[in-house]
Amino acid sequence: MDHVDPEHPEERGTPVGRRVFLGTLGLGALGVVAAPTLQRGLEAFLGSAADKDPTGLTGLLPNGGGFRYYSVTSSVPHKNAQTYRLTVDGLVDRPRRYTLADLRALPQTRLVRDVQCVTGWRVPGTPFEGVRLSALLDAAGVRATAGAVRFTCFDGAYSESLTLEQARRPDVLVALRMKDEDLGHDHGGPVRLYVAPMYFYKSAKWLSGITVTEDVRPGYWEDRGYDVDAWVGRSNGRDDDPTS
Amino acid sequence: MTLRADPAPAAATRVPRFGPAQRRIHRATALLMGVCVVTAACLYVPQLAELVGRRDLVVRIHEWAGLALPVPVLAGLASRAFRADLGRLNRFGAHDRLWLRAALRRDKRREARPAGKFNAGQKVYASWVAGATLVMLGTGLLMWFTHLTPIQWRTNATFVHDWLALTLGIVLAGHIGMALGDPEARHGMRTGWVSEDWADREHPLWRR
Repeated sequence: MDHVDPEHPEERGTPVGRRVFLGTLGLGALGVVAAPTLQRGLEAFLGSAADKDPTGLTGLLPNGGGFRYYSVTSSVPHKNAQTYRLTVDGLVDRPRRYTLADLRALPQTRLVRDVQCVTGWRVPGTPFEGVRLSALLDAAGVRATAGAVRFTCFDGAYSESLTLEQARRPDVLVALRMKDEDLGHDHGGPVRLYVAPMYFYKSAKWLSGITVTEDVRPGYWEDRGYDVDAWVGRSNGRDDDPTS
Repeated sequence: MTLRADPAPAAATRVPRFGPAQRRIHRATALLMGVCVVTAACLYVPQLAELVGRRDLVVRIHEWAGLALPVPVLAGLASRAFRADLGRLNRFGAHDRLWLRAALRRDKRREARPAGKFNAGQKVYASWVAGATLVMLGTGLLMWFTHLTPIQWRTNATFVHDWLALTLGIVLAGHIGMALGDPEARHGMRTGWVSEDWADREHPLWRR
């Protein structure tokens, strides 16, 4: 019975608060179970909404599409055509330093693939253009004892690595351009790694060093629990569609 | 006789609303929630992420603040006054139904919105935020300890965590907005005391 008790209106009544609390918990659990279905629906809806959205606010919604800026350091120095250098060293016969002009003078390869981040966002059909990593490795003359390649970055902290076999794939680039424009600083410019078939954390931004090593040395995020062999759809506990 | 003589005029019109326990719990929870929201924004909003960087550190702060978020309330269960308030927040009477119906009709007349120590809106808010916080904690733990959970769980947890974060942000903004609009309510949470006028006006059934 729900009468207002004028004497003690608060000591009776139904425990609606508890029901709201438990209901919220239940909906949360249901959301986790039903997430794939909900996510597909929302992606379809937001994808079409983002096309008509002049404010760009849909880009801030989860699954709203577009790139997200991640940096592991507080600030990253800017490099340009005058100051940028890429070093190739380690277990090679001919170590070398490339300027931006040197890299631009080499044969360029353009790839158009989806970009998939391990945190879930995916940007469809993004063109990347640059020098095949295999070409730089061949020019340096990789020694027989080598088994892996380590990448370092001029942000001073990030590092990545690939096995030699992965590094020689034709869809792994030292990228100079993205979306048919020179790579901007925020996207890792002037030069970044682009590993098309793997989660985007493998595509190290602000690339400054390529060192051929004997074994794979785990990179920055891999020291923090991410998979070293980061094939899209076959690692990190995810089942995204492959990108390459 | 002398004990009853000359009560300070201010004291006569003030009534106690929250004891030290409730106020400390609120302050600690608000602080931790604030840390969670600010670090979340620095991880999520591209412009802020760009400004702050240090992703690994921000993630650590976010995780620990989130883990600590339920602690003040759990510790507060030791306080009888706090438990009494939780009981009041839990129980809905007929007057709460009237209040909610009036709120849905946007009926702002005072007599249409009867309330005890907490009005029905505050009760719904408290219960929902408590549930939502635990959902955030559960999904957050799934995202944190990635190698302990089966495949696919983390993606699903991320989905719920992201969308619930957005919802929580909007609801929290509403909570803070309403507090900003009611200085006496804020005064009550800060000092523990409110004016009798305010108590009778906003919470007429409270001190019956």
